[in-house]
Amino acid sequence: MEALTDLLSLAVRSIFVENILLSFFLGMCSFLACSKKVETALGLGAAVIFVLTITTPANWLLDNFLLKEGALSWAGMPEVDLSFLSFITFIAVIAAMVQLVEMIIDRFSPALYNQLGIFLPLIAVNCAILGASLFMQEREYNFAEACVFGTSSGTGWALAIIAMSAIRYKMRYSHVPNGLKGLGITMLMTGLMAIAFLAFGGIEL
Amino acid sequence: MKKFIESQFDAQRHLFEKGGKLHWAWPLFEGQETFFLTPKHKTKHGAHVRDRMDMKRLMIFVLYALAPAIAIGWYNIGYQAFLAEGVAAPGLVDCILRGGLAMLPLIVTSYAAGGVAELLFCIVRKHEINEGFLVTAMLYPLTLPPSIPLWMAAIGIIFGVVIGKEVFGGVGMNILNPALTARAFVFFTYPAAISGAAVWDMGGKGFLSSGPVVDGYTGATPLLAASGGALKDGTASIDAVAILNSYGFAWSDMAFGFIPGSMGEVSAVAALLGAVFLVATGIASWRIMVGAAVGLVATAALFNGIGSDTVSMMSLPPHYHLVMGGFMFGAVFMATDPCSAAVTPIGRLIYGFFIGVMCALVRVVNPAYPEGMMLAILFMNVFAPLIDYFIVKQTTRRRAARMATA
Repeated sequence: MEALTDLLSLAVRSIFVENILLSFFLGMCSFLACSKKVETALGLGAAVIFVLTITTPANWLLDNFLLKEGALSWAGMPEVDLSFLSFITFIAVIAAMVQLVEMIIDRFSPALYNQLGIFLPLIAVNCAILGASLFMQEREYNFAEACVFGTSSGTGWALAIIAMSAIRYKMRYSHVPNGLKGLGITMLMTGLMAIAFLAFGGIEL
Repeated sequence: MKKFIESQFDAQRHLFEKGGKLHWAWPLFEGQETFFLTPKHKTKHGAHVRDRMDMKRLMIFVLYALAPAIAIGWYNIGYQAFLAEGVAAPGLVDCILRGGLAMLPLIVTSYAAGGVAELLFCIVRKHEINEGFLVTAMLYPLTLPPSIPLWMAAIGIIFGVVIGKEVFGGVGMNILNPALTARAFVFFTYPAAISGAAVWDMGGKGFLSSGPVVDGYTGATPLLAASGGALKDGTASIDAVAILNSYGFAWSDMAFGFIPGSMGEVSAVAALLGAVFLVATGIASWRIMVGAAVGLVATAALFNGIGSDTVSMMSLPPHYHLVMGGFMFGAVFMATDPCSAAVTPIGRLIYGFFIGVMCALVRVVNPAYPEGMMLAILFMNVFAPLIDYFIVKQTTRRRAARMATA
């Protein structure tokens, strides 16, 4: 029971309090580029949730059984420390997962595949995804926590991009100064959203 | 009199019209003229009101609705200040004088600083001065503590007007409520001047001050006191009502507004009077207000049910939540802002409901802020377009299905 409430509070924390986009500003590039339409945002949000749900636990396994200092003790090599390989290993796992997602989306929803365009393969270098794996490593989560953290970070990211896409849908009626049109106003709006999300700042769960 | 004003404007008009020497200041001229006289032309772009009432009348009606809140807040500033200095029964005139000395400079600053920013945008971007600003610049100082330095208030309103509204194109095109954006900016930039126990009254400060603050007076707002988890004499307690009683905050005092707090937010009754006026004239949506009240009461009741051994706010009953802090003021005047709220009827209920939920949530669960109304509204402002989007989608789908079968 104790463990369950801990996991629940971790989930709430990583969706709202420490939203990976609005409090760490990770994954901004695809957030800015793919938030023009709500449907696209929904699709990309789902893809990010999916990728994060798989990569974070997968990287946890790699980290704990291969990379960390002493992780190789099961193979009789307790003194080996491969943690300098974390970046490249994590990225490799992420890239492989993204390929998988790309194939799945292409197979089941060609329309979405076309809308996402170049940004689908670019999830591979979405900093939110590598960020989640690195946070997982740094904060020394256990396996269950890594699973929950991955899913809820993705959910938080998806929530932010979906909200932003609806805002941009509404902003079509706005009369934004020329210099700020497009990315400029979206950046400003992201900042304002982050202020609104500060409502949760300071909650200790 | 009307003739005289008209002739004055007509005499100057050629200077400001196209080709005139002062054409760059046309928005200023136009703003002045429509302030005094009914305009002869109709709104061409921007926010539209499809009614005999134009934007100007609508916004001025909101100011009328604010009058009770302003009046009680005005008196209360003086009253609280004298209370802090140990004056047992301060006179009405003294309270009004002292309150005015604290409140008027802030209101004037807000109009002046925000007005300059608004005017610059109007001149450069060649749109008219919009009356939405009248309301924004009045709402904003009412949410501030009376002791805040004027320059902070000025920076806040400039941020609210420019980043919260003008970069989106002006009134009716903004996403977040500009007055709340301004307040949130000040709140996070100068936390010491806008939160804590020392800022909510002018005790020991100001022109008519009769001496330093007496011993034992804290100046804490009811919400701050109730979330403190201790009676006034320092004994730990988790019974919020007992804590409030130990500080001398009765429910009726909080409802009428004779408590330390933001300048215009203290009185729930005044906000309710405003609400009646706004709903009767069809300006504000009752759905948002009702939704917010239901959300707050439900969440507060839920927390009462859960209970807690450590958090005193858990035990605060719903009817206390309703009259404390800025809830009533926010729900009536801020949440109902037509451009930042949801616009579909069902969407408004949902939007209001979650404002209430978020407000109770921040008050009870978040130890960092005793009051959550401002952030609750901003948070739901962010999600209002999404709520609308899905409700519109849902409606079109249902109608399409009906068309297909018919």
